[in-house]
Order: sequence, then structure tokens, then C-alpha cells
Amino acid sequence: MSSREDILGRVRAKLGRDAANAATGRDTVAATLAERTQGPRPHVNPEKSALAGRFIDQSLAYSSSVDRVKTRAEAPAAVARYLADQQLPAQAVIWPQLAGLDWAGAGVKVAARGAEDADLVGITGCFCAIAETGTLMLCGSPDTPATVSLLPETHIALVSASRIVAGMEDGFALARAELGRLPRAVNFVSGPSRTGDIEQTIVLGAHGPYRVHLILLDNE
Amino acid sequence: MESRSRRFKSNALAALANPVLQGNLKMAKGKFVDKRAIAIKEIDDFEGTREAAKNLRNRVLENLDLWLEKFEENATARGATVLWAKDGAEICRHVVEIGKRHGVKKAAKSKSMLSEEAGLNHALTAAGIQPVETDLGEYILQINDNEPPSHIIAPVMHKGLDEVADLFEKTHKTPRKTEIPALTREAREVLREHFLTADMGISGGNFLVAETGSVALVTNEGNGRMVTTLPKVHVVVTGIEKVIPTLEDLSTLMRLLPRSATGQSISNYVSVLTGVKQPDDHDGPEHLYFILVDNGRAELVGSEFQDMLRCIRCGACMNHCPVYQTIGGHAYGWVYPGPMGSILTPLYTGIENAIDLPHAATLCNQCGVVCPVKIPLPELLRKLRETQVETHLRPWFERLALKGWAWVASHPALYGLGTWFGVRYLKWLAGGKASIPVLGTAPGWTAGRDFPAPEGRTFREQYAAMRAERRKSS
Repeated sequence: MSSREDILGRVRAKLGRDAANAATGRDTVAATLAERTQGPRPHVNPEKSALAGRFIDQSLAYSSSVDRVKTRAEAPAAVARYLADQQLPAQAVIWPQLAGLDWAGAGVKVAARGAEDADLVGITGCFCAIAETGTLMLCGSPDTPATVSLLPETHIALVSASRIVAGMEDGFALARAELGRLPRAVNFVSGPSRTGDIEQTIVLGAHGPYRVHLILLDNE
Repeated sequence: MESRSRRFKSNALAALANPVLQGNLKMAKGKFVDKRAIAIKEIDDFEGTREAAKNLRNRVLENLDLWLEKFEENATARGATVLWAKDGAEICRHVVEIGKRHGVKKAAKSKSMLSEEAGLNHALTAAGIQPVETDLGEYILQINDNEPPSHIIAPVMHKGLDEVADLFEKTHKTPRKTEIPALTREAREVLREHFLTADMGISGGNFLVAETGSVALVTNEGNGRMVTTLPKVHVVVTGIEKVIPTLEDLSTLMRLLPRSATGQSISNYVSVLTGVKQPDDHDGPEHLYFILVDNGRAELVGSEFQDMLRCIRCGACMNHCPVYQTIGGHAYGWVYPGPMGSILTPLYTGIENAIDLPHAATLCNQCGVVCPVKIPLPELLRKLRETQVETHLRPWFERLALKGWAWVASHPALYGLGTWFGVRYLKWLAGGKASIPVLGTAPGWTAGRDFPAPEGRTFREQYAAMRAERRKSS
């Protein structure tokens, strides 16, 4: 007997499974999947400006820095400003999805591709953002490779205000509606990577980015 | 991993006598507790969320076979291979086979407690595959001659900065660093190289989502993302009880897991991974395997210990346990320490192999009130104690004493007479003092505390006297 049959067989025996209750059980499974019952959720004010406010507050609490500009077209200049402030080279790997912005005009040299170990700065957008916890929801695809938010020491993300939702449930609902099925990699990112493994002392920059800088696009 | 739980008492004594360990435990004590207390206040209906999490975990266990089939169906549809393992040896066989099939030389590992259950690193090394632990804590343990973890979330809780500094100096052959950020940076640089050159990533799974066939991984360091993004093969090793129905359920559990574990509102990275790399993708594994593990779990389904299968491995029970806080994790002797370990170790490795663990608790129920999925941990510990007595695993004199006690307690007149003599004898023994320092009949009990002396009359006597007084005054 295969291990699959052995394990499932013992689980079935323990549950007293027979043909009749298997049919009821399958109905329960189907109903649970169809109902998508949500647990209690903390109150998050659904007004657009309140969502942005909460997203910013939570992001700051998670050690991200935040800048605000009006439009997507202003983003490259905001990126250039941040890189200069941080004394970082004006050079970055970006999501191919963002290649259409005028990076050269802002003096930022970009490469639109997946990130490599040597890349110091990665620039991404986000699928949506979650106000409750100050979290970016990143969906991987050829246009939005996961490595760009992971390998570089500095991660800069553009966040459209209209794409801020209240909770994780709303992010998944949006993915269902717009993408149909879940992409291979959905990554929820809240601030720079960190560890507290040595003496429970929090250190930023474990294996992922040391800093996360968010540029909120208010009119987008 | 071989269990050393039979030697719990001597392990615990050694832990108490170790000044370095005691110092490190004292430093850690309360940190997670305080942070959790603050973080749960952010949730308007924390108790309601716990109840919802308990119910959703129970809902799966009631039809566990069907939920596993549903998960398997959806994961397979997205290109993953689902394998099953009865025990640790079968986990090792599967992973080594996968490694050989894909010509793997090096495996980068994100934390997996099941890999500890199986002793997977040993098997990989024997098969010529180099395992590299990438969680900072687990890495520190690996370079310290594969020392076992002492906490499921903070594996090197028992170590201080000095010890880590020594280890890094010795292993990396670099000048000794004494600042925690510098040590973290050094580990980052060493491990980055491994991430980039590993052929296989091995991770645990915090949850398996049935509706999408996904694994959910929760990390702060980002190593979970690395090992599931860069290598061409990803193997998920996880228990059969980790399946949950929907992404909505994941959202509910994610309000509880980080808060209960480290007191964070959310962990830095929550990854929901589904299927294999698509043709135009820049990253992601070409091959994805799930190894669904029994190793004792199936036996608990439908049993009086089923509640334990709800566990989401947050570690809150050990963080709040006065016994764990005092002796640390190693004394428990197997993979899981603290209250959850005192239940899982006897259930998974044999009740006769961990006789002392169900007794390594004060039954104060701190663990029960903080458990995010409401597992009645003290009740399960008590049930294990009962099982020990029923299956004659306790010493004969203890069983005889319990039998005698049961007989007396079910004969009220005899009980009354016994206590009438008892309280007077003990009062006489105390000789006017408030407590008895050494009790001749139970010297072990008074070795670490005094026995409070009775006031001289039994409860029944006092109650009768009080009633008589009241009648008189009315």
C-alpha cells in the first residue's frame, strides 16, 4: 500500500468515514469554499484618505520611510531625490512594468529585468496595498519579478492611493477579480527584512532589504 | 531527531545549575510576553478572532481526508507534485530522491520543525547533498555542530551574544565582532552566497491553502522568500494537519500568528506560493514538491487529543510557561519544548518515552489562555497523566496511593474522619508555626517549598460552626 493510501486510510478510519458521510463531507467542503466565511476584522475606515493615512502610519511603524507625490509621472524625480538623500548611486533594477516612466529625465539609470545579487536598488510597484498593517501585496509575473523587492539592499515601491484596500481579504478578492487565479508568487511585504534571533534584539536587513521607501501616488 | 525526553529530570537539573543558560533565560524572559500583550490590543475582537480560528481549524479536522484530497487536487493542477510520508525516515527518503533526480549538490533551508523531527540534515549530508540552514538562529545552531533548537520561533534563545561572536570568529575565520548588527551582516553575506548557488530550497509550511493548492510561508528575515524564489527545486515539508480551506481563513490566522509568536502585527514577509515557474517568469522553482507528513498526526484525529492538531506553532505557550522560562527548551529533549511539546512529544514519540513531560507543568493555564486557537493545553496534559496511570506507566506506589485516595474520597464518613485526624496531626507537626519545612511522608514535595500548616479544624467543621452561628444570630 502506498503511504498516501496508508495515511488517508488511517485518517478515514479515525473519522469513521463511509460512503454516506463522504458525500455529506464533500458537500461541506464545497459549501465552505463557496461561502468564504471571514473572521472578525479590526475596524478600518474605508474612506480613501483614511486608508492612505492608516497605510502610512502602519508603514512608518514597520520602519519604512514614506514620500507623497501627486502623479505617477512625478515618481522618477521622487526616486532620484531619495537616492541622493541616502547617498546611493542613481541606478536601479526596476519592474519591466515601470519601464515606461521617464527615468532618464530624472537622471536615474534603470535596468528593467529580474534582480541580480549586485543590484543595490530595486524599484517596484505593487498589486495593491493593505491599510490595516501597512503591507504591500506583490504579485509575481514576467512584468513584476519577485527578486526586485528581495535581493537589493534598498527597495523602493510606488503605491497608487486608489489601490490601498482595508485588509488582506480585500487584496485576495482583488486578485481573484483581476487576475483570475493566484500568480505563482504572492508576497506580502511589511517594511525591511529583520531578525531578532540574537538576544531578541531587532536588527533590520537580515536577508532581504535594509530599507523600504514607499512613494505614495495620491492622484493615481 | 532522537528523543532525550526520558532524561528530562536530569536535563532540567543541569539547566537549573547552568549559570550562563540561566542568565540568558532571564534576559529573554517576558520580552515576547510583553510585546504580545500590546499587539493583541490592536484587534478589536481578539477573543472573537481566536474563536473563529479555533472553529476553522476544527472544521478542517472534521473532514481532514477530504480537505487533503482537495489540496492535493488543486496543487497538482498547478504543476506541483504531492508526496506523502508516514514518518521521518520516509521524509528523508523522498528529499534525497528528489535531490538525486535533479542533480542537487546544495540545499538551502528555511526553518522547518518537521525537518528536525526527521533529522533531515543528517540524511542529506550522508547522501552527498550539503544542507545549509538560512534562518539566522538555525544557522548559528548548524555551525555549532548541529545543536538542536531550544525554541520553535527563536531557536537560539538559550545563547548570548558572546557565544555567537565566538562561533562566527571560529567558523568564518574573521575578526571577532561583538555588535549584533555586524554579526547579522556577516551571516547575511555568508548565506547570500549559499542562496545564489543552492540547487534546491527546502521549507516548512505555515499553512496549506486547499482552495488554491498553495503553501503560505511566514518569515521576518526573508530567507523563506529566498529559498522559494532562487533555487530550481522547492520542497515543502509539512504536516497533514496544516491544511486550511480558504485565503480568507489565512487572513484570519495571520491576525493571530505573528501577534501570538513575536508580538508583531504582521510578519515582514507572508508568501503565498502556488505551482511552478511559468515560461516567461524571471524567477521561481521549475519543480515544486509537497511532502505531506503523518509521523503520529493521523493517530490523533478523532481522539481525545485531537485539539492538539489545531496548533499553529506560534510558541506563545512556551513563552508564557513558568517551567519553560526556568529550564529553557533543551531539557524537554525533543523537537518541541514547553506545554505544546510536553503533549506532542509523548504522543509522537511514545508515551513511555516521555514520562516526565506531562508533569513538567504547574497547570497554571497561562498557556491555555494565550493559545490563539484555544487548545486546552492543561486539560490535555492532565489526560496524558491519566493515561499514564491507566496504562500502568506510573510507579506502583503512586498508583496504589491514588487508588487508596479514590476509595477514601468516595466514602464521605471515612474521608471526614481522615481529614479530622489529618489537620490536627499537621497542626501539631507545625508546632505553632505557619508552615512545615520538611514533611516526613513526602520529603520530595517539601524539598523546594514549605507545606502550609492547617489552622486546626477541617472545612466541614468550620462550615458547620459558621452555619450554627448564623442560625443563632437570626
